[in-house]
Parts: sequence; C-alpha cells; structure tokens
Amino acid sequence: MTTYILKRLGIGILTLVFASMIVFAVLEIVPGDPARLMLGMNATEDAIAALREQMGLNQPLAVRYIAWLGGFVVGDLGRSYTYSVPVLDLVADRVAVSLPLAVIALVLSTLVAVPVGIFSAARRGRFADTVAMGTAQLGVAVPNFWFALILVYIFAVWLRLVPAGGFPGWAGGAWPALKALILPAIALALPQAAILARVTRSALIEVMGEDFIRTARAKGLPAGRVLWTHALRNALIPVLTILGLQFAFLLAGTIIIENVFYLPGLGRLVFQAITQRDLIVVESVVMLLVASVIVVNLLVDLSYAAVDPRLRTR
Amino acid sequence: MNGPIDEAESLRALFVKALANRSFLTGLIITSIIAAMALVSYVWVPYDVTYLPVTNRMATPSAEHLLGTDHFGRDIFSMIMVGARNSIAVAFIAVAMGISVGVPLGCWAAARRGWVDEALMRFNDVVFAFPALLSAVMITAIFGPGAVNAIIAIGIFNIPVFARVARAGALSIWPREYILAARTAGKSATQITVEHILPNIANLLLVQGTIQFALGILAEAGLSYVGLGTQPPMPSWGRMLFDAQTRMIVAPHLAIFPGLAIVVTVLGLNLLGDGLRDMLDPKLRRQR
Amino acid sequence: MSGASLLALENLSLSIGDMEILRQVDFAIRQGEVMGLVGESGSGKSMTALAIMKLLPHAARASGRILFDGSNLLDASERQMCAVRGDDISMVFQEPMTALNPVKTIGEQVAEGIRWHTGANRADAEDRARAMLDRVGLPESKFPLARYPHELSGGQRQRVVIAIACALKPRLLIADEPTTALDVVLQKQVLDLLRDLVDESRMGLLLISHDLAVVTDMADHVTVMRNGQVMEQGETARTLKEQRHPYTRQLAEASTHVPARAAPPEQAAANATPLLSVENVVRDYPARRTSLLYRPAPFRAVDDVSFSMQPRHSVALVGRSGCGKSTLARMILALDSPTHGAIRLKGQHLEGLNQAALRPFRRDMQVVFQDPYGSFNPRHKVERLVAEPLHLLDEQPTRARRREQVAAALADVGLPADSMDRYAHEFSGGQRQRISIARAMITRPKLIVADEPVSALDVSIRAQILDLFAELNARFDLAYLFITHDLTVARAITDEVMVMHDGRIVERGKTGDVLDNPQTDAARELVDAAPDLDRAIRRRLARI
Repeated sequence: MTTYILKRLGIGILTLVFASMIVFAVLEIVPGDPARLMLGMNATEDAIAALREQMGLNQPLAVRYIAWLGGFVVGDLGRSYTYSVPVLDLVADRVAVSLPLAVIALVLSTLVAVPVGIFSAARRGRFADTVAMGTAQLGVAVPNFWFALILVYIFAVWLRLVPAGGFPGWAGGAWPALKALILPAIALALPQAAILARVTRSALIEVMGEDFIRTARAKGLPAGRVLWTHALRNALIPVLTILGLQFAFLLAGTIIIENVFYLPGLGRLVFQAITQRDLIVVESVVMLLVASVIVVNLLVDLSYAAVDPRLRTR
Repeated sequence: MNGPIDEAESLRALFVKALANRSFLTGLIITSIIAAMALVSYVWVPYDVTYLPVTNRMATPSAEHLLGTDHFGRDIFSMIMVGARNSIAVAFIAVAMGISVGVPLGCWAAARRGWVDEALMRFNDVVFAFPALLSAVMITAIFGPGAVNAIIAIGIFNIPVFARVARAGALSIWPREYILAARTAGKSATQITVEHILPNIANLLLVQGTIQFALGILAEAGLSYVGLGTQPPMPSWGRMLFDAQTRMIVAPHLAIFPGLAIVVTVLGLNLLGDGLRDMLDPKLRRQR
Repeated sequence: MSGASLLALENLSLSIGDMEILRQVDFAIRQGEVMGLVGESGSGKSMTALAIMKLLPHAARASGRILFDGSNLLDASERQMCAVRGDDISMVFQEPMTALNPVKTIGEQVAEGIRWHTGANRADAEDRARAMLDRVGLPESKFPLARYPHELSGGQRQRVVIAIACALKPRLLIADEPTTALDVVLQKQVLDLLRDLVDESRMGLLLISHDLAVVTDMADHVTVMRNGQVMEQGETARTLKEQRHPYTRQLAEASTHVPARAAPPEQAAANATPLLSVENVVRDYPARRTSLLYRPAPFRAVDDVSFSMQPRHSVALVGRSGCGKSTLARMILALDSPTHGAIRLKGQHLEGLNQAALRPFRRDMQVVFQDPYGSFNPRHKVERLVAEPLHLLDEQPTRARRREQVAAALADVGLPADSMDRYAHEFSGGQRQRISIARAMITRPKLIVADEPVSALDVSIRAQILDLFAELNARFDLAYLFITHDLTVARAITDEVMVMHDGRIVERGKTGDVLDNPQTDAARELVDAAPDLDRAIRRRLARI
C-alpha cells in the first residue's frame, strides 16, 4: 500500500514539474521577449528595459524558472503589471468565487448522476431507463454556456428568482453569494451529470455481467441486493476515473460560465489579463489551474487503493 | 463454455445491422444533414453573411428569413450553415491530429512496453492536465486569438486520448495467440502492428473518433464564445451565442437557434458513436 | 427407481428466442446420490443447471417441471427462489478466477450467504464461515477471513467457492465443470473434497462434466446429453460397461482413442546431430517489488533444463500448471530468450540471434496453440492466415503459387481448397484446429511445438485431431513437442515423456514406461491424478 501511494505521489510531483516546464516554456520562452510582447508595438526601449528588469528577464532561463517555481512554493507569484498588486492577492480574491462554484457543481452533478445511473442500471431496458438515458444523451450534447443563457432567461429575466449575473461577495453573508452561484453551478453540473450518469450505468451493467455476480445470486441474494453489495463497489473504479477526468472539464467550464454570469472569478481574471497582455497573471492562473487538475487526479488515483484491494497489496 | 466471437463480418451483414440500429441510423441522418449543410454553404447560402443590411436588424423568424436576422441584419440560417463548416473543420482537423499522433504513440508503447510505455503514460498525464481551454488561453496570450488556436488546443488534448485508447486496445490484442503465430512466422513488431493490431482496434478508434468529434464541436463553440476561437466576421456558433447574450431580452431567437445547432450536431455524433459501439463491440454484443 | 427423488426434471424444455436449447429433459436425483451429467459443448448441460437454479438469461423460456422436494421450481416466485438458492440448492462454477468478488474478503463472501439465510449476526456467521473454510482445506493460519481473492491461487479460490456453496449444507449441490480450469492434480483434490462433503451431509450432487472419466469416477448414475436431449441414462458402471447407446459408445471410444501410428523411429546413433537440443537452459523473471527498499530475488521459471530431440520423434512435456513448460516452449520457439544456457536447432545456436538471422530456423519450427478461437486474426481470410509463415521464405511466392501452396496445406489437414476464401469464424472448433495445423505445416517444418493442442476440443473432435497429428508425423517426418497436462494425450501420440516440476525436468523416459511406472513423486502425482476411463470403469465395477 505505501509503495503504491509513494509511487503515485512521485508520479504526481513529476507531472507537476513537467507541466510547469510547459507553462513556463510557452509563456516565457516562445514569445522571445515577454516584456516587449506585454508592452506592445509602441513601447519605448526604456520602458521595455525597465519591465525586463522588474520581471527579472535578464537572468538566465534556468534561474528564472527555479525562481518562478520557488515563488509558487512560498506564495510569491510576482506582481501584476496592469494592476500593480501582488498576483497572489488578485488570485486569492478570484479563487473565492471559482473554487466554490466548481465544488458546488461537482457535488451537485455527482449527487444527481450516480443515483440516476444506479436506478437506470437496475431498470435496464425499461421505460424509466429509456427516459433517463435519453435525457442524459441530450444533456451531454448541450453546451453548458448555452444552457446557462437559457437558465438566465427563464429564472432571472422571466421569473426574476435570482440575479442574472454579478457577485455580491462573501462579505455580505453566505446566502446572497450562494444565490448568485446557484444558476452557474446548475449550468455547469448538467453536462457533467449526464456523462457521469451514463458511465455509472454502463459500468454497473458491465459488472452485473461478471461471473462473481452469478456466484452472489447463487447464494440466494436478490438481484437488487447484489447490485448494492457486490456490483456498486466494483463499478466505482471507472466512475472515479471519469470524475477525475471531468474535473479538468469542470474547470474549463467554470472559466466560460463566469463570463455568462459576469462572476469575478479566475476566468474573468485570465481573460482580462489576456486583453491587457499581462503575462504574469496568465502564467500564474494557468499554472494554478493545471496544478489543481493534477492534484485532483492524484487524489483519484489514491482513492483507487481504498476501493480496490488488488492495488493495496502492490 | 466460450462460444465463437464473430468479430469479422461481411459488409452486407454489417449493412443489415446498421439499418436495424436506431441510434446509428438517427445519428447518421443528423450528421449527414449537418455535413451537407456545411458543404452546400461553400456554393450557396440564402443570404450573403458579409452583407449587413442594418435596416432589417434582429428580425424574428419569417418566410423571408427562416430563423430571423441578427443585430447586423445578417440571415441567421445562412450564418448557421457557414458556422457548421467552421465547427466541423476545426473538430475534424483536431481529431485527425489526435489520431495521427496518438495512435502511433499508443501502438508503439504497447509493442515496446517497458520504459517507452512508462514514458508515454507520463506524457499522457502531463497533457491531460491541459484542457483545451487552458492551452487556448496560453496560445492566445502569445499569438492573439484565431481559429487555428482552437484547432491546436483541441488537437493537443486529443493526442493522449487516442494514445490511451490505442494502447489499451493494442495491449489486449498482443497476448492473443495469433500474434504469437505471427511472431513465429518472423513478422516484426511493426508488421504485426500494421497487419494484426490496427485492423482489430480500428473499431475502438472509430467510436472514440466520433466522441472526440462531438467534444471538439462543443469545445470550439466554447472557445469562440469566450473569444479564443474563430474571430468575426467569420460566423461561428459560439460567437453567435456571445453576440446574442446581451440582446437576449429583446431577441431570444438569436440565442436559441445557434444553440440548437450545436445540440443537434453533438447529439447526432454521439448517437452515431453509440450505434457504432453497439454494432462493432463484440463484448457489448455478448451481453445482450 | 426407489425412494422419493430430491430433484426430478420432467419434460424440461427450454428455448432462447427461436433456439431450442433443451428438449424434454428427464432425470432424477435422490438424497445423497451423485448424478453425472455428461455431454459435449452445446449439449445443454450448463443450461440445465442454470434452469434448476432459475438463473437463466432473461430471454429464456422454460416449460415442463423441475420438482425439488415435490414442488415445482418453475412455478416458484423470485422471492421463493432466493430462499432456495444457497440454502437448499447451491452451485459451484467452472471459472474460479472470476467467480469471486475481487473487492470483498473471502470471509465476507462465505459469511454473506449464512447471514442472509439464517439471520445470524456477523460474529456467528464469521465463526461458521471460519469452520467451513477450515473444512475445505483453507486453515486459519494461512487463510484468515480477511484474505482477498487475488491473494489466492485458482485451486484455493475454487475451495472458497465450494465453501460458499456448502456453508449451509444444501440438500443439492450443482457443480458445473468445477475442475475444468484446474490442472489434474488440483482436479483430483477438488473432486475428493466434493465427494467427502457430499458423503458427510448426504447431499445430492449434480456433477456436470465433459470428461467421461471424471464422471465415471464420481457418479452413481450418469445422464448423457447431446444437442439438448438426453441420449441415455442409468447406473454408471452398467451404462459405461455395456455402452448400449451408440453415442455413449462413441464418447467412450473417443475418450480413450489412441491413433494408429507408425513404429517410432529407431534411436539415432549417439553421434548424430539432434534436431533440437536444449542445454542447461535457465529463465528468470524479475519478481514484483513489494517494497521500495528491497529488490526481491527473481523468480526462476525454468531451472537448468537440458534435453534433446531426434527428427520424427514425438515428445510430451507434461507438468502441472505453472511448472514452467510454456515458458520453455516459448524459448524453444525463440519468442523469449533464456537467461542462461543454449538452445540449438540442427546444431545451430538460436539464442542471441536477431529476427533476420532467425528466419531460416523459424521455417523449420512452427507452433499450434490450444485455443482454436483465439489463434486467428478475425479480420483475415483463411488464405492469408495459412500463408502467413510463407513470409519466412527468402523468395516470396506469386499470388497464384501462394494459393496453390495454401490449397496443398489445407488438403494435408483434410480441408477443401475453397476454405481459403472464408473467415476463420465460419469454421467449427475442430476445423479451426485443422487450419491452425495447416498454417504450421505450410513451410514444411521439421519441428512442431503444440501447446495443449486438443484441450479445448470435445472428445470426438479431439480423437480426429490426434489422428491427424499421427498421420502428419509419419508423412512428413515431423517431430512434435506436445506441451500438455493431459496424460491421455501424451499416451496417445508420443514416444517419450518428460515430466516437468518447479522449472526442472524431473523424469524422462519412454511414454509407456513413465506413465505405467513413474519413478519420481512429481510424475507419480500426475499419473495418479489423471482421469482414466478404463481404470474408472474397472474401479466402479469392483465396488458393486
């Protein structure tokens, strides 16, 4: 078990290092001179030289990379060029919107999808299964930002139940803030839930065809009980895998959805940074998001060991 | 008792089965219509999408303009037709990119095992950490926005997807006895991959291809929506939704039709993929 | 038949869609009696078992009556069946590797049925499970309840499955090919265990098997099935001694079939170059690491093996599963290289040669595999399949010439030339094995390595394929190396036997000598465990 955990941890760290190299290479090496790119065509040579000095671009690449990586470890992400504040402060404000949004969406989609998947598998081929899977098939095809527009139209414009956009901040209490996140979270959760329900169902159906299910039935256990006590835990492995993979899509979705609802999250920040050519902010935000995808997948890998004893003895 | 698994089938049998498979048939019809729309748009559209008759802005659907007009007075149906070819081209090239790089990598890893395999898996881990949107953000920050960014960003993410599917498929074929027989016939790993592995994982790749195609359409729409993909004046479904957003209260039809176009296309491709999987996957068939 | 039956099948018919699976099956089992159900694949014997358990596929429709203790199970509700299954009727399956839930401990899996049927609390159920596992030969010291299935071998897992089935002392036990996936020694152990359990609690046992010898050894009564119908049934000893029904006779003859063979070649002069010589061959595999700190000692699959084979000789390499015989075969075929030692074909060293340098040698040695279904690329036609080894020729034949060669090879194995334009899946198992042999024969090799070439075939087909091997041996001066755990095959077709045990060859000699008079423990264990129809009939007659 410890060997497995240590191996996964090692792989996770290695992946982080390689991913950071890619981010660094794309944003600091490919442009040639990032300072010139940030300041644009009309910048004076003096201004460029000053920015180069501020960003430490005159140091060798390896030193810059190590310093950048080290900054991540100690929480120093540099200063935003356009906002003239530490990137960390900027990011911290935005994470307080994006992270709750992603988490609510993940929880929501899991809470809906897994029971629907189980229910569908148990009633495979019957009317309820057909309806559930038809809905899921449709849900997979709906782009979350379009679904978000429709939700806004129905609940904010038409019924006026929730605000159409904007975010009051957490300072004014949890409820107004949560209220602003409800529609975005639902919009994000729908396609994820549809995929997850389909995977849960097909994983369960596949497991229900295994030999050991017949052994359990031969003991006298009714089909429903066999599904809960024998099939579900075995079907959890593909479901966990998909959950891990989905997190990456969920983050991407969060960034897009924030634009629909004018939420001041990481997504808004990164698009503003692109327009303003603030590479320092882009670099930090991208690295943060990539790191969170890697960490979530590492957690999924580790949770396999809890589900599957075959990994524990390895 | 293990019965024969009939994996190879005559074309005629496959054709009969295709007609009997509702998912496949529906998916095929929808996909063909969308593809036909995209192709026809090259030679004919109801209204030229670069012509901006400001006098007829945001018209609701009518006999004249089937799906109405947008805020510049452009015909929405024509824009959806042109947008289709844009979406399809981006998704298609991205899938081709994933297949042409990912499949050889996956097959190579399965044939060599050992460190090559390990290195590929780690490479996959790294690329999987970059969803298309993040790659697009980085590329746009350096090179500015454009449809090519979308292709590259989506295509890069497709590489590990196909590498993984090809590797898993190839790993399940390699221990088969006919591979051992081919090795005793002196065939090299490359010959075995071409003659025995690829034909037997082609169905897996085809199914994955339709799934990635559908995901590519969704991703392209998302990227264009946030301004990282196709740029105006080239019509794209995602961009049309962005333009519609601020005008939704006065003209909801601006948001409805491009969205429906995406839904229908993705649905058609997914149905096609499901149908193909049912028809080609011997494992699923045995469960029936 | 005297006494009330525990289980009686009356006119049981079964169909799935348009397919008739069972037609008016009738037989009865009394308390404490062992009924053997024999038949070839497709005879419907497994479906009969599933029908009794009412675990049939959804599309299946059954008619007739299945009387258990006088009540018709076909009329029972699912709830009633759940009360019967595992308590009154239990079942043991063929495939022990997949029959247990990989994420639950063996203790949980044995205790589960006990708790479900008796309502016992966890502690009591676990005590009973513990006792049951002890009884089936899995003592607490080595097999605590917290073990997971993947930590057990195939034979041990089958014992767990038997423990699950017998935990509540059912009145009827159904065992569907319980030992087919195990080697002969494990087969004997498991069959002995089943017999003891049946005797102890006077269970009825329905033993389903394709192996007439196993059934004869175990069963009081025997039912012979074919194509969903009962051919013959009766008291075992009498039925098999008299063999009144032609199909029973056919099965019995095929089971003991020995092909007519030309006299084995004279022992070659001592100084002649052998066709194949294996010298001090060792193969190590790295063991799986269980800790970051220690590198475990490698696992030695083949340990210092030496032997040689003369042209035209037919040699059997026998041993239990995991003894290293398949690893040795792979090294001889140059699919794997030895860690130490030398392998020579016609005096030339094979080890260390690259693929190009191996080509002339590959022409001289080909392979036939066990599984007639997995040996062919399903996307290729027979012509391409059979012609594949022609790749080894220095000059590639023209299309027309290639078709001629394939036709000739197919003719050698008794298949018509037009077979080459069809796919492998269009042929039956026996025909496929003929295609497999044609593929091996097309380069006119001197040595064929055959890995369990008839184990997956029904007995009547097996006899025909053995005849074919015998015929080709004489016609083409072929030498055979048969890898098998089945001593009947060794006896039927080989001149010499080598017994392999734990990576070493422990005994070697003329086939008759080794099988009739084994000298080492390993050989004796194999011979004693091997099912033998004649011996079983004699034993059964003596018991009456």
